[in-house]
Amino acid sequence: MWKFHGWFERHTLILGIGIVIMVSIGGLVEIAPLFFIQNTIEKVDGMRPYTPLELAGRNIYIREGCYLCHSQMIRPLRDEVERYGHYSLAAESMYDHPFQWGSKRIGPDLARVGGKYSDAWHVEHLKSPRAVVPESVMPPYQSLATTPLDYRYIADNMKTLKIVGVPYTADQIANAKADLEAQASNDASPTGLTQRYGDKVVKRNFTGADKVTEMDALVAYLQMLGTLVDFKSYHADAPANQR
Amino acid sequence: MTATTIKNENGAAAVLLVATVLGAVYALAAAAFAHDGPFQIAAYIALAAFLVASGALVVGMANKKFVFDPSKYNEGVVKAATIATLFWAVVGMLMGCVIAAQLTWPTIFYLPGLEYFNFGRLRPVHTSGVIFAFGGNALLATSFYVVQRTCRARLFGGLLPWFVFWGYQLFILLAASGYVTGITQGKEYAEPEWYVDLWLTIVWVAYLLVFLGTIWKRNEKHIYVANWFYLAFIITVAVLHLVNNAAVPVSFFGSKSYDFSAGVQDAMIQWWYGHNAVGFFLTAAFLGMMYYFVPRRAERPVYSYRLSIVHFWALIFIYIWAGPHHLHYTALPQWTQTLGMTFSVMLWMPSWGGMINGLMTLSGAWDKLRTDPVMRMLVVAVAFYGMSTFEGPLMSVREVNALSHYTDWTIGHVHSGALGWVGFISFGAVYCLVPWLWKKEKMYSNALIEWHFWIATTGILLYIAAMWVSGIMEGLMWREYTPQGFLAHTFIETVSAKHIEYEIRLLGGVLYLLGALIMVYNVWRTIKSPKVAAAEVDPRANPVLAAAE
Repeated sequence: MWKFHGWFERHTLILGIGIVIMVSIGGLVEIAPLFFIQNTIEKVDGMRPYTPLELAGRNIYIREGCYLCHSQMIRPLRDEVERYGHYSLAAESMYDHPFQWGSKRIGPDLARVGGKYSDAWHVEHLKSPRAVVPESVMPPYQSLATTPLDYRYIADNMKTLKIVGVPYTADQIANAKADLEAQASNDASPTGLTQRYGDKVVKRNFTGADKVTEMDALVAYLQMLGTLVDFKSYHADAPANQR
Repeated sequence: MTATTIKNENGAAAVLLVATVLGAVYALAAAAFAHDGPFQIAAYIALAAFLVASGALVVGMANKKFVFDPSKYNEGVVKAATIATLFWAVVGMLMGCVIAAQLTWPTIFYLPGLEYFNFGRLRPVHTSGVIFAFGGNALLATSFYVVQRTCRARLFGGLLPWFVFWGYQLFILLAASGYVTGITQGKEYAEPEWYVDLWLTIVWVAYLLVFLGTIWKRNEKHIYVANWFYLAFIITVAVLHLVNNAAVPVSFFGSKSYDFSAGVQDAMIQWWYGHNAVGFFLTAAFLGMMYYFVPRRAERPVYSYRLSIVHFWALIFIYIWAGPHHLHYTALPQWTQTLGMTFSVMLWMPSWGGMINGLMTLSGAWDKLRTDPVMRMLVVAVAFYGMSTFEGPLMSVREVNALSHYTDWTIGHVHSGALGWVGFISFGAVYCLVPWLWKKEKMYSNALIEWHFWIATTGILLYIAAMWVSGIMEGLMWREYTPQGFLAHTFIETVSAKHIEYEIRLLGGVLYLLGALIMVYNVWRTIKSPKVAAAEVDPRANPVLAAAE
């Protein structure tokens, strides 16, 4: 039996092929079925792609490496559900390219931070975390409030997301810039924003600044987090949601 | 040696020159039409790199620098990678100390208004810096050295090994500068954006070709066990890299791209990648290092040939399954979590197979631990490997993970592997390599190696003990209830409770960095020292390492 191994030791190609086969099996078994098994993602009401402003905010969240300290994944454990809210569903990150579940809580989980604090709290906290929470170890993000949001290419971003599977409509992509500006404004005159993204979209001038800043986008994203799924119509015990 | 055996590589250099000029043209266009500022900075860095490379190629061709004797080993590239290892070790560890200081004294170490130096941007500089820059260069240096000696053949590909070396440094530079300016994919340990990923793919294919080609033309019947591990590392990292980084760029003139996969599938792919970056980059490859440097330093054959066969195949097969243990109790389906946990526990055995094979190689040479600090470093590395690979399966059990996940315990676990295993085995290899490469009798100072060993060991112990305490403490505080049934602590209470442990952790990290600086000084003095080793016999006359059986 040991002599048989001489085969691998004497032939580069056989050794290489042996390695490829051995390291392929586990990944194929664990990853491929997730794309095909129907109940991998629960059936829920309320999930929608991000609005252009939320998407821009999410990209700032990624850019600043927020995921390195904040998870977005509430586990179904008693203390987590009481501290943060309903445990996270797979459906809630179905449009997340990439996912931002995180792996470390240097700061608290953010999966359901939306609506928990006021806009003003977020702005102050982001600018100077220790002014609001004295023991915090979070970095300060002062320039977010002064940097105008660069959304020249927001429609291109949505087109790219459409390629990878986010169901943005042609209407949503065509109105990307207008929707972004509308969501960051207090102007109540009707735009197509709520038609395209639903009545629950939070629409207001988040920071009070004249221009749309990076802070507006980030706060819009944070205020949306975890608020989309309608948990009144979600039945964890339904067969379709058994995983 | 007759002149006819000298090979001229000007043809290959000309091909490389065309490639670098094309690269420079694209970089110039990217800089001119860049969609975002950070991408423009990256384009200018690439432009400068390609121009310098083109210039070096032209000068080298004109001066007939690209000639070599195919009957001799290529040691130049090994020397370069060894120096790069030391450089990036200091940079990566310094970054670790900086971000540890930021979490300890946030009022001092954050610079308000300068987001470039915030924790979220520097943390990937630290992780990529130590894993891919320090670890990666240590692997380039040792794999290029080991594959030549154990195959008794010069590195394949003429200038290709040099392309691999410089290409890899450019990858590091583009990745790190991108993090600081705000370019990231947002996936841990896979932060570089699409254009850096593409560049690394080119470099990695060249690396695979060099390694395979050298094995191919070996003058030795069998492929030595260290090379199995290096080859498994190179192949698997290629697969992981390609799958996890599959993305669509928004524009060819912008930094942003979006992953093909989303949410739960993306999480599974990421941790399949992430755990096997540990499994293949930080384990299999460094086991290859162990299988060469431990037997050579101990001057003993590898303990068991059969054990090396069994644990090699078992290790690479089982490691791939372990990823889902990073996703316990998440929205990942339970069947996947259970598979991940099961294989993680099974992984304990092949891991300890490697540890036993490494430690038992010292049979009959244990006395060297008393006199040779390099031997001690290598052995302590293997001991830390054994400890981390026991702790890992323990933490992968769902019920344990419920406590340990999201806490500093994980950070402590990673660092007992990174500082104890990866760091020490690399330091040991560097201390072996430097006198061999620069033809010196021995390192400049044995006493300094002793200092390095003891200071760094103290640092590791402080680090991991602090993280165990803070991790378990915060985990317990998060789930603690008052007798009335309310959560006992707010989140911020658990943050401030960890302050002392963060100070101790920082001290541990600084000690470890200090050890590395001592090593840099020692290596520098060794290279500068005039002492030359006694006339070396033709290395290729040396018997090749073989197993005891």
